[in-house]
Amino acid sequence: MKTTYPYGAWSGYLGHLILALCLGVIPLSPQKAQAQEPILAPIIDSILPIDLKEVIVISSFNRGIEHKSQPKPLSTLDQYLESSKKVSMVKRGAYAWDPMLNDMTSERLSITIDGMRIFGACTDKMDPITSYVDVSNLSDIHVESGQQGARHGNVIGGALDMRLEKSNFRPLGWTGAVETGYESNNTAQIVGGELNFSNEHFYVDTDLIYRKAENYTAGGGEEVAFSQFEKYNLSTNAGYKVSENQKLLANFIFDEARDVGYPALPMDVSLARAFIGSLSWVQDSFIGDLENWETKLYANTITHIMDDSQRPDVPIRMDMPGWSDTYGFYTQTELILDDHHLIGKLDGYYNRSLAEMTMYPNDPNEQDMFMLTWPDVRTLNSGIYLEDKISLKESSVKLSTRLALQTFNVADDFGLNSLRIFYPDMAQRQTRVLKSVSAHYHRQFKALHLSGGLAYGDRAPSVSEGFGFYLFNSFDNHDYIGNPDLKNEKALEANFKMAWPIKNLDIAVEGNYFHTWDYIIGEVHPELDVMTIGADGVKVYTNLEYANLYNVSLDMVYQLTSELDWSGLVSYHRGTDQNGRNLPFISPLAYRSRLTYGQGNFSGTLTLSGALDQSDFNPDFGEDRTPAYALLSLSFGKTFSIGGDALYGKVGIENIFDRYYSTYSDWNNIPRMGRNFFMTLSYAIN
Amino acid sequence: MKNIKSIFALLALSLGIASCSNGTDDPLPVADNPLEEFNLTGSFEANGHALEIYSEQEGFTMGYNELFIRIKDLSTEDYVSDATIHWNPVMHMTDKAHSCPRSEISTTGEDTVYKGFIVFQMASNDDEYWELNLEYSFGGTTYTTTEQITVNAPSNGKRTVNVFTGTDDVKYVLAMMPLTPEVTVNDLSAVLFKMETMMNFPAVVDYTVAIDPRMPSMGNHSSPNNEDLLFDADTGIYSGKLSLTMTGYWKINLKLLNDQGDILKGEDVTEENEGSSLFFEIEF
Repeated sequence: MKTTYPYGAWSGYLGHLILALCLGVIPLSPQKAQAQEPILAPIIDSILPIDLKEVIVISSFNRGIEHKSQPKPLSTLDQYLESSKKVSMVKRGAYAWDPMLNDMTSERLSITIDGMRIFGACTDKMDPITSYVDVSNLSDIHVESGQQGARHGNVIGGALDMRLEKSNFRPLGWTGAVETGYESNNTAQIVGGELNFSNEHFYVDTDLIYRKAENYTAGGGEEVAFSQFEKYNLSTNAGYKVSENQKLLANFIFDEARDVGYPALPMDVSLARAFIGSLSWVQDSFIGDLENWETKLYANTITHIMDDSQRPDVPIRMDMPGWSDTYGFYTQTELILDDHHLIGKLDGYYNRSLAEMTMYPNDPNEQDMFMLTWPDVRTLNSGIYLEDKISLKESSVKLSTRLALQTFNVADDFGLNSLRIFYPDMAQRQTRVLKSVSAHYHRQFKALHLSGGLAYGDRAPSVSEGFGFYLFNSFDNHDYIGNPDLKNEKALEANFKMAWPIKNLDIAVEGNYFHTWDYIIGEVHPELDVMTIGADGVKVYTNLEYANLYNVSLDMVYQLTSELDWSGLVSYHRGTDQNGRNLPFISPLAYRSRLTYGQGNFSGTLTLSGALDQSDFNPDFGEDRTPAYALLSLSFGKTFSIGGDALYGKVGIENIFDRYYSTYSDWNNIPRMGRNFFMTLSYAIN
Repeated sequence: MKNIKSIFALLALSLGIASCSNGTDDPLPVADNPLEEFNLTGSFEANGHALEIYSEQEGFTMGYNELFIRIKDLSTEDYVSDATIHWNPVMHMTDKAHSCPRSEISTTGEDTVYKGFIVFQMASNDDEYWELNLEYSFGGTTYTTTEQITVNAPSNGKRTVNVFTGTDDVKYVLAMMPLTPEVTVNDLSAVLFKMETMMNFPAVVDYTVAIDPRMPSMGNHSSPNNEDLLFDADTGIYSGKLSLTMTGYWKINLKLLNDQGDILKGEDVTEENEGSSLFFEIEF
């Protein structure tokens, strides 16, 4: 399948590649990346030893051909994320997958675009933030596990920060590129282009991408109805150097998806639209010895229209529009004092989440049935983050802390009165104090890197968890009611990592453990009557006494020859509550093995990926045993030079043997795509 | 400084005048007609008086009607205070005549306005009609008048009154009091009478009206935290709590229980039984 590591381009011959394929588990490591792609090395080098951070590279830093390091360059952002080590995706169809980090989804994560907080407008998580950007406008995604992500917000599971691609005052003049792609399985057509101008004082980048896909076909030939989608994304970045020391940056993203099918759900989306904008002021030096001062103001607005007008047979017609507007800022600066590297950040956001549900009775003379599923919840969060990286002899320590104040205000009286049916004494406003502290230690013994950390953090309930009103979850077939009296969820986290390069073999072992008190989850309330026709019951969000989650992974890279690499990854996850009951959406043992061959301007990858039987599942949460599967995918790429320009072509096959399968994170066991041929062509004008 | 003070004084004065004039202007028309916000549902001329009946509704309507009465002396154009009024509505059916449950008529805060309620258990039709008999006294004289009135079926067709025979072989009239339903926990009230004779409908005390609101168009789902209607001796009405989780059509399934807890009428709603034979309906 796909991987997102900075392999760079490899060269060689196909024969070698096929011969060298075996079942193994080999990953890549920072040292490898450093050797292969020097441009990326500084990032990797400065980040990996200390943070448990993963960087998913989307477009390489050298301009020209974009997304070249990807086995499938114009795949959706979702596929890029899925191919990473730490992120897995909950899938409800072919579009808008919901990212999970350490087996936790959006309410326990911070998902940001260039540090901007954005919140989806769908009560059913059909529009994760990752669906409002595309590979065309991103350079990379920084994945930070647990409290390492506290810089971006109050998190339990970690943070995903999607960094926008910027020319950044490099003296490149005019550059442009055209990309096109096609996939056979769902006749997906992708057209993208970019036009940039950059010099030392000014730059402006524009990117455009359009995708249209029909229904896909599962392994064995079964068409998955309502899996189509269409989307386009336009983004512009501009920067102006006010002085050598001062920069003014602006960015704007418009993203719109229409006619998006969700085969695993009873409803589709007729429109998902986002306007995202920001203005930044960056100064190399600030007051006194403070440096790298950056201040950003941002705003975004999302409209999400869920409907069932395309579904032939529903018990009742309904519309479920939702809106989410966020306004925020952050300002941060750094201070380097001897062995200390300090970062201070102030941030805040104000979010408004509103969602409605209108049901149309079969008798046209009857009044419409209307409810507010998100009662116009206004969330105000303001926080301060401090970090100190201390360099010691052959080791380093990173200490960080975050303190934030979060208030909720249920602004709509209709919605407040609705919730007061369940909570008669519910206050309209509530305030919570959120905290995070973390300590991380890294030590190098010659080539061996050892690191470990301890952290504590908490989070407030999400809008759905605190204030949702009859949100139907088709996975466990229950209506969910929010609970404004929920306690904050608190997690104590321990993590370790060992990276050990032995000649041509790099091994990394990594693990983390979360002991989470007051873990928020929906529990059945048998006395409550369902609202949704056909639902099995009503769940109310509740604090569990505690839950335990742990994740371990083994990651290896072996350089067979200078042209041929073999990488592999095995990961194991487990999550239980205080009674030993399995938590939902915990991955079974999963593995990936890949051979990458590169010589000159030719490259090829062969990937084997799969998972074992999901033996630890929980029927109470709608899960069943997901059987084991294994998939094989293959891709080839070649770069041609035409004058000064470059043409890059890539072809590949995914799921070569057309296996019918679904994974533990496929909503309602929706089958995944069967055999798929893809082809992309990129042309870069320099 | 002095100037500023005087400006403030002027401002305060003008504001005071503005608010005073508002304060005195507004009540005047109200004093003119304290029932302006209500509909004049009937005006009968008799004995040199005009008897005006006001209601929140457009006209007399099947079910619970809260009515306000004023007596105007046509010779002086003044409204009469300190009157005592009795009423007796009678339905003239093709084969028989009967009355309906109603309250005594009492005075209100406004001394020319009297009020009470009538529960019309059926609407007028082409062959059957209602008569309202009024007996009123003031200044030592008693007057009577009888007027034919029209009782309309509810415009939305929703049931707010039930006439039924309980398992105790008693005929009851159960009427829902007016409700402006909202998506919240609503205060729901009802009045309960038994039909002792064709003309006599005494109030029934200390029974229980159990409620189970349902949405038949949406899988017949219910709502949480409802409270059955219990008798309140102070007000003489049955009151409880009705939770409505969304707008639309709600059927409030009822069971009538006597003071022993025996079910006199109504059935539980189950998978097999979609609704009770005793119910109210609302739509909003």
